[in-house]
Amino acid sequence: MIRFSGVSHRFGEREVLTPFSLELAERRIAVIGANGSGKSTFARLINGLLMPSAGQVWVDDLDTKSNGKAVRGLVGFVFQNPDNQIVYPVVEEDIAFGLKNLKVEKGEIAGRVAASLARFGLSHLAKEQAHRLSGGEKQMLAIAGVTITQPRYIVFDEPTTLLDLRNKRLVARTIDRLDETAIVITHDLDLIADFDRVLVFEEGRIDFDGAPRDAIARYLELMA
Amino acid sequence: MIAAYRPGTSIVHRLPAGAKIVGLAMAGTFLFFVANVASLVVCLLAVLALYPLAGLSLRDALATLRPLFVILVILVLAHAWLNGWEVASGSGLRLAALVLFAGIVTLTSSASAMMGAIETGLSPLGRLGVDVEKISLALSLALRFIPMIAAVGAEVREAQRARGLDTSLVALAVPLIVRTLKMGEEIADAIDARGFGTTRKDGPDRST
Repeated sequence: MIRFSGVSHRFGEREVLTPFSLELAERRIAVIGANGSGKSTFARLINGLLMPSAGQVWVDDLDTKSNGKAVRGLVGFVFQNPDNQIVYPVVEEDIAFGLKNLKVEKGEIAGRVAASLARFGLSHLAKEQAHRLSGGEKQMLAIAGVTITQPRYIVFDEPTTLLDLRNKRLVARTIDRLDETAIVITHDLDLIADFDRVLVFEEGRIDFDGAPRDAIARYLELMA
Repeated sequence: MIAAYRPGTSIVHRLPAGAKIVGLAMAGTFLFFVANVASLVVCLLAVLALYPLAGLSLRDALATLRPLFVILVILVLAHAWLNGWEVASGSGLRLAALVLFAGIVTLTSSASAMMGAIETGLSPLGRLGVDVEKISLALSLALRFIPMIAAVGAEVREAQRARGLDTSLVALAVPLIVRTLKMGEEIADAIDARGFGTTRKDGPDRST
């Protein structure tokens, strides 16, 4: 479970998240809201990329402030632009990056990378240069690179924003099939229709928290 | 090296990347001591013979030399003017042989194999407090992001041409630097998120 306790966040003088407390235990959770409403800051607090200015964030009873390494092992993060998270020039080498950081044995790395390539339909691209992949393939590679370390939770920061309809659907299917808990920051309302819970952010606060249908209605009302 | 690697199963591919890098260093040293033009021609032919052995064509060899062509011509002409044609042709042959050898190494070794070899080679420095893993990651990032920065540059130039602006170094540099810095920030976050090191964000929030 992910727990926010009296959390707020400021960038200098500007308060981007007003104090809130929250528990996230569902399997598919979406976060929607206008640009600048605090969604991405909220996402980055979950895996310790940002520390709260006040309050505490707990991931499975680990405080993100004092357990940075363990928390990042539990929470994977898929960024909006996969180009900015693919680190190695070759597909299979990039997937192996997370495992190398965990000091996994070379033989085991090879097996797990092969399985991950197959899982995300990338086997035929294993030796390909990452910068030559299509947008959808890059997003699949980014997801493969994150899931290979077997995190319990995965945060997706606008994973379909840069994709065409076919690739949006591919990413949606992929998220749907994941065993891990997914927390998806998005503007893509089709993606979240079947989610368990949706949070609507507005000007740094949680304006609505509930089922997708009601959350989407509230979001559309706010955007009108 | 950025996009050069050609996967294969040839004997040259199967050699450890570290051995190939050491071979390149030895060849460079050896070529430095060969002064005779005929011997240098033999060395050049020997290096060229490695291309088919690695399953590569002579066109690949020419492609390896192409970016160096202008420098090679300038070098040969300068030497011919200053030291005569024998020294000039020797220098040209030596440089061409060395670049072709380096081409063989990069065409037959994956980036991770090269990084692994460099990491192993530098590992004794770890005892002196040098973070070898970080050096290796920095090299990988350079290989990964040079084509991306080139693509951003092309995008900026295209956008400027579309708005009627001719080539201007300042107009190109400013958006390119801004976008590269922003990209760098996201990449740093991604590297943290993927578990590399733990020190950057373990301290107080950087934003406060």
